[in-house]
Amino acid sequence: MDKDILLTVKETNSPPAYGSDEGADGRALAQSVETLENSVRPVVLSVQNVTKSFTLYNSGMHRFWHWMGLPVKPREVVHITKDVSFDVRKGEAIALIGQNGAGKSTLLKLITGTMRPTKGRIDHAHSISAILELGLGFNSEFTGRENVRLSGGMLGHSPAELEALMPDIEAFAEIGEFFDKPLRTYSSGMQARLAFALATATQPDILIVDEVLSVGDAYFQHKSFARIREFRDNGCTIILVTHALPDVRELCDRVLLIDKGVVLRDGPPDEVIDYYNVLITEKQNAILTLEQRRNKNGWSVTRSGDFRAVVKDIRMFSAPSGKEIATARVGEKVLLKTDVDILGHVPQLVLGLMIRDRTGHVVWGTNTWFTRQAITDISAGERLTYTLEFECALGPGSYSVSPALVSSDTHLENNYEWTDNLFVFDVINTDKDYFIGTTMLDASFSVDRGTNG
Amino acid sequence: MFEFLRPLWRNRHFIPAAIGGEFKSRVARSKIGTLWFVLQPLAMATIYALVLSEVLGAKLGGIEQAGAYSVYLLAGITAWSLFTEILTRCINMFLEYSNVLKKISFPKVYLPIVVLGGALINNGLLFLTVAVIIALYGFFPSFAWISLILPMTVSIMLAFGVGVVLGVMNIFTRDIAQVMTVVTNLWFWLTPIVYTDDQAGSSVGRLLVFNPMTPVVKFYHDVIVYRVTPDYISLLYPACLGLALMLLSGFVFWRASPEIVDAL
Repeated sequence: MDKDILLTVKETNSPPAYGSDEGADGRALAQSVETLENSVRPVVLSVQNVTKSFTLYNSGMHRFWHWMGLPVKPREVVHITKDVSFDVRKGEAIALIGQNGAGKSTLLKLITGTMRPTKGRIDHAHSISAILELGLGFNSEFTGRENVRLSGGMLGHSPAELEALMPDIEAFAEIGEFFDKPLRTYSSGMQARLAFALATATQPDILIVDEVLSVGDAYFQHKSFARIREFRDNGCTIILVTHALPDVRELCDRVLLIDKGVVLRDGPPDEVIDYYNVLITEKQNAILTLEQRRNKNGWSVTRSGDFRAVVKDIRMFSAPSGKEIATARVGEKVLLKTDVDILGHVPQLVLGLMIRDRTGHVVWGTNTWFTRQAITDISAGERLTYTLEFECALGPGSYSVSPALVSSDTHLENNYEWTDNLFVFDVINTDKDYFIGTTMLDASFSVDRGTNG
Repeated sequence: MFEFLRPLWRNRHFIPAAIGGEFKSRVARSKIGTLWFVLQPLAMATIYALVLSEVLGAKLGGIEQAGAYSVYLLAGITAWSLFTEILTRCINMFLEYSNVLKKISFPKVYLPIVVLGGALINNGLLFLTVAVIIALYGFFPSFAWISLILPMTVSIMLAFGVGVVLGVMNIFTRDIAQVMTVVTNLWFWLTPIVYTDDQAGSSVGRLLVFNPMTPVVKFYHDVIVYRVTPDYISLLYPACLGLALMLLSGFVFWRASPEIVDAL
């Protein structure tokens, strides 16, 4: 199972997407203006009914006979993308998200033109610069400078152009003396730096970035994103594949969720990412019968007990709207609903809930014993629903909820069911001033200004 | 109408960059880099010259001039090396460039052009060296040498005709390259490079007629060694075969093109 499917907690030094002085109303207005703008902007890339399939034959010769026009039956046809259609307008910043193997990278390769669609068509009359996987067809024996000349030329730059761009590329890559050392001595991060510096040396009409930035360190990621943002603001169209959802929220104005080769959702970031998170949560719950597993987010889920009482479901709702959510905003009032099914006779039931951060530290936890709400004498077939109401005073990041069903204040006496990290949710900061950490303190500065001495 | 030419023009810098890269990569970790492309055929010619003329006492019938046999060998090997270099490079070009094919979008037709460019430069260097060496033997260049463009063109056509088809097949069935090292070696011995065709036995002699490289190599011999008017008509058969094979490889290349990157 993929571990890197949802790297929601990634340290970026970037400021919050929206300042506190810009209220929710301002955003809504800005968004509707943007929508209006969108419909006027020209389409720069059109993907129509694109299907990519790999045809497997019993032998290489069968494939050869097939080209020659003989009716050879293929062994298997594997569809990577199925009937994908979407238009991209000038200046849009789009993210493709989805699990590994969903077909995102294949789609980028089709758009870039290194792969050709089996069916359908892709139209773009504009220059595309793409960073697919690591590097840009670099030669490991060449120095960084020589590779810039080689790959830069292959990408379509003239030698004179490249010599003119060379100082900029060298400065942006910031790999120091390694720029004149063979590529085989580079770390993967340094290769990514060189590739990004070269691919973005001039602004293309469409920039395609496939996950390379995750190889770079936080400093370079930040720098790369600054350049991508600058391109976007200059009217460059951005298409990126990433598993870093905070980056998506910050940089993109449209997200395509790709699942099993089809576009499952196409819309604004928060909507699609929430849907994606729910999709993943569903998948986790479907295989809960396992006693121990590592879930898609990398959280380890362990379940133990005699299962006389079991947690059927945990869901989170926004208190004001009542809408189910997978992502909470800092300071938002939320409801955490826990459904408990009773499968055997339970003399006394206590529910404990514990919230952990990504590093496993317990952020908060209590149980219904301490709140004097233990329920007694319950019989099989009953369902209890616990609603925990709280203000989400947590910092941005990913958190897990571990429910425990016990008979008193500890689980040592009667452990009905204990599940670690059963429910996972994200917290994002949309309308509060930027801060770090897992706790939102109700803190404020006051500054007195005078002369010293 | 010329819409399809647009990407060819847009990526025009690909070819010089790639050819330059190939030469540079040879120098990368070797002392004399490109010189090996000249030294290897020369070493081969020297070995044959030593073994066959000194040890086996082979002589070139009809010419009494000293070193005639060495010149005969050098002329044949120069002709052969152009053909064989293009052929083997074609078989491996997609795999050699797989890293680039997967990451940069460019017209795939460029690859054979890059191969041709590199091979012509190498063969040009070899040719110049050989010209100097045989001049030392007293075989001086003449204006007739210009006609060598014809057999060169024919061998280039043959090499691409065979090489591109096999190169495409080699992506999907990697055994092709292995088989071809053996086949090329056999082909070399079935071409009158080391021996003259009247030295060949009757069974081999009959095979030589079908070998399209025979007239090509003989053309070189006629011009460089025997200094007689070459048999232009004899190039008709390999030229037609080369053209037919190039059409076939063009067709296979066109059919396979969408699947090439998928299999790399």
